[in-house]
This record gives sequence, structure tokens and C-alpha cells, in this order.
Amino acid sequence: MDIYLPIAEVSVDVFVLLGLGGAVGFLTGVFGVGGGFLLTPLLIFIGVPPTVAVASSANQLVGASVSGVLVHWRRGNVDFKMGYVLLVGGLAGSVFGVWIFTLLKRLGQIELTISLCYVILLGTLGALMMVESIYAQLRLHRPGVRRRKLHQHNWMHGLPLKARFRRSKLYISALLPIGLGFVVGVFSAILGIGGGFIMVPAMIYMLGMPTAVVPGTSLLQIIFVAANVTLLQAYTNRTVDAVLALVLLVGGVIGARIGSRFGTRLRGDQLRLLLALLVLAVAAKLAFDLTVPPSDPYSIAWEKI
Amino acid sequence: MYPGSDQISARPSRPADRTFGWHYRLIALILFWAAPARAEALVADLTNHLIAITTGFTGASVVLFGAIDGPGDVAVVVQGPDREITVRRKRRIAGIWVNSQEVIFANVPSFYFVAASRPLEEIVSPAAAAFYRLGVTNLETKPERMTPPQVVDEFFAALVRTQRHARLFPNSVNKVNFIGERLFRTTIEFPSNVPTGTYLVQVFLVRDRDVVGGQTTPLVVSKVGMDADVFGFAGRQPALYGAIAVLTAMVAGWLASLPFRSA
Repeated sequence: MDIYLPIAEVSVDVFVLLGLGGAVGFLTGVFGVGGGFLLTPLLIFIGVPPTVAVASSANQLVGASVSGVLVHWRRGNVDFKMGYVLLVGGLAGSVFGVWIFTLLKRLGQIELTISLCYVILLGTLGALMMVESIYAQLRLHRPGVRRRKLHQHNWMHGLPLKARFRRSKLYISALLPIGLGFVVGVFSAILGIGGGFIMVPAMIYMLGMPTAVVPGTSLLQIIFVAANVTLLQAYTNRTVDAVLALVLLVGGVIGARIGSRFGTRLRGDQLRLLLALLVLAVAAKLAFDLTVPPSDPYSIAWEKI
Repeated sequence: MYPGSDQISARPSRPADRTFGWHYRLIALILFWAAPARAEALVADLTNHLIAITTGFTGASVVLFGAIDGPGDVAVVVQGPDREITVRRKRRIAGIWVNSQEVIFANVPSFYFVAASRPLEEIVSPAAAAFYRLGVTNLETKPERMTPPQVVDEFFAALVRTQRHARLFPNSVNKVNFIGERLFRTTIEFPSNVPTGTYLVQVFLVRDRDVVGGQTTPLVVSKVGMDADVFGFAGRQPALYGAIAVLTAMVAGWLASLPFRSA
């Protein structure tokens, strides 16, 4: 059954969209990341214009992260103070990101930028996560070889504006989460992602937060950043397709419920290894597409006069 | 306005009617009687003046029919609203394909259809064909920036190729069928991705390789129902639309979390 998307101006099979939403929701449930990094490329693949795919994914993300935060909040796994500090940086970053997006759209380089950003981000993070989780697996089989310190001290701990985050058991400079939030905000505007896949590893490895509070806190700030991106995209580029976002959400709800049951059965390091493999696979696919000679080197874009 | 357009007919819109058999014959009969009385060189009309794009829209076809007052040929051109189209070419830079060159064409119809009773080059002179935009090759306009002609031709060919692939430009000149000497008809097909706006349907009467008469009829392609409301609202009140989109998603997310609580 086809459904006509009013902003994207294409007809798409509604079950394909529900399936997509479901698959992405499943990832949210298992890994606690938004899954936007998969959703946007897949939407483009089924014929939704890239600009609409990016903006509508952000809209879908608002809903997905609200439901995610509520679930984690009930388990007491949300560090609100950390979330709000991240948010300050995130909002500034998303304003800057939408501005870059508009500029690149005018220059005709937005699609290339989206793909390149994905390849670089996903490739780097995937590789890092994979190495880390393989080490973790190895340590598990040889217990007592080396005892780790709670966390290492480095230059990041010398920064000013120190603040205490009780839930995360951290005493660090507020500049760190603000900077992280900003970077994620920029990417979420350009790529239509919540940035969970950047945020989650950065929170664990850079900030040193306990793994349990990471997904909920990351999702908390994603709600606001995604909402801000949706508003800005709707206002500046008019590319938010609310119908598309809603259909994706319906699928996402079902997927998330199945995913969260599945996720509780896996160990943390296994989970991270799986996520790393998935992230690397997407990066490899996108990198491959960039180097394949296009079937037609010409492309057209039009504007209403 | 073109010199040939001596009459504009607009009629209230009707819902799409795909079974036009009796319909067509009836109206053709009326036209056949009416034509001599009104002393028009050519009269024509469409089975439908509104293409309504609804949620389940998969394309539409409209029959154009009419009569001429004596021997001659008929050419039909349907054009969607003009657009500014940017054509970009990718080049390989450091192993990846990057948009590197662009040509902007100012006035290109967003949809184009052409039909004729005989091959265009047989019935009309190149000058007349160029003037009335008969045939895809006559749509080429000067780009906004100074560009070498061969580059312009190359980029325009790419534009035509892309539009043909999207079924917005025809692969060939369609056929206008004559029934006897005076009655003619042709079918215009619109794909599911047809752009919205007011279309111009021009019917030309051609004699001695020149256009001697014609008629212009508007055709409206419009979104109707909920989709149209969403689209219109998003354009008129972008800030409010964005806010509603965010709120809807939040409420949907909250609803989604409810089953988890009881579990």
C-alpha cells in the first residue's frame, strides 16, 4: 500500500517505512543509540530526497528519544545535570549545523558532505569500538593480568569550570560535556542523527561515565537537540515531513520493544562489538558508494520560480 | 501569450474519469455540431481539468479531444510550471565523485508532453517549432552565466535524459489520432511524481508548415485532502508547523513508552 509523503513529494510503500522504523527502533532498544545513522541513508536509498530524509529523521528522533528517556528514567539511569550541560553545547551546535546545511545545499555539495561525514565518523568510531571491545573480550578470558585504575588522569582534567555530576560519579570540567554537545549538535543538524553513536562512546571513553547511565542521559539531550533541528529545518529549509516521521515512529515503537528484550540478554562488551561491526559495515558501504563511478555523472536540482 | 491562442476555456473541475468511452463520444458529437456554428478553426477540450493528488496517487491520464474546421495537422504541447533547473556534473577528485561543474537553466518546464498527428519535422518549419516550443530540443534556454555552447548542449542533454528517466519529459513525440478528417484525440499520461501547479495545454492547428490557429486550456495539478493541508501549512507557517511536528513526535514517544511501564 503506497502512501504519499506531502513534503518529500513521493509515494512510498507504507510497509517499507514501517519496516525501516522497526529495524531502527530495534537498534534503539538493543544499543540505546537512536539509529539515525542508519535511517537517513536507508530513506535516501528508497527515494526520499536527502534533505527531507535528514530533516524528517530528526523529527522521528524526537519521539524515539522521548520514549527511550522515559524508560531509562524509571530505572533511575538518567543524569539530568549532565544532560542539561550537554544540551547547552548541543543547542549552539545545532544552530551552527543548520546554517552549514543551508550553505552546502546552495553550493550543491550537501549530499557529498553527508556521505563523507558518515564515512569518516562511522569508520573512526567503529574501528575504535571494535578494538576496545576485542581487548575487553581478551581481558575477560585472562583475569587478574592487569588491574585498571578507575580512570586515567590527563589534560582534560586540568580544564577550568569543574563541576560535580553525582549520578555519573564524576568531578570534571563542564567545558568537556559542553564541547561534546556542540560537536554532536553540528552533526545532528547536518546528518539528521541524534548523535547517539558519537555521544555514547564519547561519554564512556572520554568523560568516563558509568555505562548504565549513558543511554538515558544521551537520549535526554538528544530530545532537545533533535527538536531544535526539526524546528530550524522546518523554518529554514522546509524539509520536515511530519507524515514520514510519524509512520517511522509507529514502526520504531514496535522495534524498540523487541530490541530492549533482546538487549538485556547480551553482555555489555558483546553488545559493543556487535554495534562496532554494524557501524563499520555502514561506513564501508558508504565509502564504497563514493568511489563507484556514478551511472550518470550529471544530476539536476530545481527551484520554484 | 502566443499569437495562436485565441481562446481560453476554463471549466469547473470534475473527479478523474478513466472510463471515458461514452463520455468522449458524446462530447465529440456535441463538438462536431458546435464547431461550424462557432466558426473556430480549432476547438479542443480535456476530459478533466483537475488532477487531484491524494494519498494513494499513482499517476493519471487525461484525454484531449477536439475538432478542426478543415484539412490540416494538429500538434499538442503540455507544459508544467517553469522552473529554474541546476544541472551538475560529477568529477573524480582523489578517488571520490564530487559535483564540480554546474549550469543553470532559467525557464525549463517542470513537465513537458508533446504530441502530433504526423512527425513534427514533416508538418512544421524549424522556426515555428522553436517559437511554439514544439519538441524537447526547442526547450533549451540560454544559461544565466556565460558558458561555451557545446557545454550548454551537453548539460541540457543530461537534463532531458534525467527528466525522461523521471517520466516528466516524453521519450518521443506522442501520436494525435484522427477519427475521420476532423475529429482528433490524444491521451496525456501524468506519472505519480508530477509537479503541482497550473499547466498550459496548447493545441495548434498546422497548415503549410506553419501554425494557423490554436487554443490554450489550463489544467491544474493540485494536492487535495490532508496532504495538501500539510504541505500548504508547512509553507505558510513554517515555525508553527515545526513546533507541531515536534510536539506530535513527543506525544507519540510518550505514548510509546506507556506499554513499557505496565510491563
